[in-house]
Amino acid sequence: MNPDALEKLKILASAAKYDVSCASSGSNRSNTGKGIGNAAPWGICHSFTEDGRCVSLLKIMMTNHCMYDCAYCMNRRSNDVQRTAFTVNELVELTIEFYRRNYIEGLFLSSGIVRNPDYTMELMVKVAQTLRTQHHYHGYIHLKSIPGASSEIVQKAGLYADRLSVNVEISTENNLKYLAPDKNYNNIFKPMKYIRQGILENTEERKKFRSAPRFSPAGQTTQMIIGATPDNDNQILTLASQLYQQQQLKRVYYSGYIHINNTDSRLPAILQPPLVRENRLYQADWLMRFYFFKVDEIVNDNHPDLDLEIDPKLAYALRNPQMFPVDINRADYETILRVPGIGVHSAKLIIASRRYGKLNFDNLKKMGVVLKRAKYFITCNELPVALTVNEVEPVYIKQFLLNSKNKQNHKLQYQYKLFTD
Amino acid sequence: MIHFTYDKTFEGFLSLVSDSYELNLKPERITAPDNYQAEFFCDTFDVATDKEKSDELWKRLHEKLSENACRMLSTVFLSELPGIELLLYQFIDKALNSPQNIESNFAEPCVMEVSNIFKKVAREAQRTSMFVRFQKTADEVFYASFDPKYNVLPLTIHHFKNRFADQKWAIFDTRRKYGYFYDLDKVAEITFASSHINAVNGNIDDEIRAEDDQQFRELWKNYFTSLTIKERINRKLHLQHLPKRFWKYLPEKQPF
Repeated sequence: MNPDALEKLKILASAAKYDVSCASSGSNRSNTGKGIGNAAPWGICHSFTEDGRCVSLLKIMMTNHCMYDCAYCMNRRSNDVQRTAFTVNELVELTIEFYRRNYIEGLFLSSGIVRNPDYTMELMVKVAQTLRTQHHYHGYIHLKSIPGASSEIVQKAGLYADRLSVNVEISTENNLKYLAPDKNYNNIFKPMKYIRQGILENTEERKKFRSAPRFSPAGQTTQMIIGATPDNDNQILTLASQLYQQQQLKRVYYSGYIHINNTDSRLPAILQPPLVRENRLYQADWLMRFYFFKVDEIVNDNHPDLDLEIDPKLAYALRNPQMFPVDINRADYETILRVPGIGVHSAKLIIASRRYGKLNFDNLKKMGVVLKRAKYFITCNELPVALTVNEVEPVYIKQFLLNSKNKQNHKLQYQYKLFTD
Repeated sequence: MIHFTYDKTFEGFLSLVSDSYELNLKPERITAPDNYQAEFFCDTFDVATDKEKSDELWKRLHEKLSENACRMLSTVFLSELPGIELLLYQFIDKALNSPQNIESNFAEPCVMEVSNIFKKVAREAQRTSMFVRFQKTADEVFYASFDPKYNVLPLTIHHFKNRFADQKWAIFDTRRKYGYFYDLDKVAEITFASSHINAVNGNIDDEIRAEDDQQFRELWKNYFTSLTIKERINRKLHLQHLPKRFWKYLPEKQPF
């Protein structure tokens, strides 16, 4: 490897780090014969950075040269940063050597836009193509689709990649225009539609011919920046829900805005990224994908923003006390999932075990139910241990849960004080 | 007290269960023979591993339980936790003597506990596939030291064999002093501890290291450092995902 590879790697890795997508799941590519690598359908993380995010793929940019000037981006044209670019062969070698040492699960390639979207994307596809055809590499590849790329090149990318993604970044058209004048809303959604189309056609084709090459088998994803614009959670989650339903996206990532471009007056000067809000959005996202919630049950015109103090499922339960208490021994799976403190895992255990006999609080506790929250919302084969949500005002329950949380925090602070005084 | 001893293999354990039925005695303590301390009022039975008996019991278990549940039992056995044999004995006893399949009755304490331990062992196996780090030797073997909490190496061999089909590799469990070597054809068990391997950090000596290996280690360490977003540092989360006990063999957690 070139001696300047280290410098390039540092620059282009830190240029790519703000893309939060990390999953390596959803693809089942097996190693046929004696090639290198396979893709595990559950995905594997290989390390974790000090900010707690997983490192699964070699997340890197082809180049950080860029002709666009998006306000929120660190690689924008008007920023004075060191620019560099990898060659196709350098990236291929790096991927293979990292992969052989079990450092990574695959490659996640993104790029600044040089010359035009198609030219940029052609270079990226070349990397994937070389890996697959010359090195018989069956590991994971995630390619970022460049906004404005043509349908032909997206088609080609889908044949080599496991997953494709186009970043929406800003959830409303006006705000996107304001912050990223070179991009336009249509150019973002067009590649998304090409990918959707490709996946659909490919599924049909594979029904006829088992051996037909797969098109982006792990589907597509996107990312939205949170807190850079005044968009509320209702707008963000409604868009996410539409993307899940209409474009069949596998994941929508939410990325708390980090104030990198200090001189830009179009952006809010926030000191800390909105981490709590980001967390609540992910919780809401999980409710939509795994808990059968509709988006308007989580946020709507009356409640346009998520409550930062309590999680969205508890908030839903407190707004709808008439749905509770739920009888653990009789209610169906979807109803049990709606109880705060019961997750997918414990709900499944409940359904499986109650065929043998009635369950009590002790059983529930052992199955991993968080009784501290759940006890206000359930009845089971035992006398209740707390008044349920329809017997007392929901506000009291919220207060009570928050107080017990604060008490713990208070204790911690007190302990800190002992040391610092 | 009724005390059974066996050779610490899964087959031996199944023979033990089978023998205890034959003798009509319920074990109250199960250990390896070397842990055995003579005690008054203690009947000790040393069980000889018998393939026929263990196969027969295994077959009977398959009639009572699903394939998944049987695999769960053999996996839980690998946890090597103290008292795990008695727990498994309890589970097997319940399974054989109950008219219906008990594996999904999580209100039954031993089922819940076996399922919880299974989760822990499976997690450790998963972490092996995550945190094993190979180093390339001059004769093109990719070597890794690993120190898992449970004896999970046998569970991960299949994964590594499929993934790294075109390179020779070896993984060595430094706690249990055995490992596996893949020679591009099949995987074989090894018990050596090479003198070229540093016992503290698992590194191979520079004299047997491939020429470009150090460079890729450096690249990886730098890559890892560049990836951190300083505004979001969260040490608690970092430690939760990447417990300290794995750090010693991870190049990215070694000082520069």
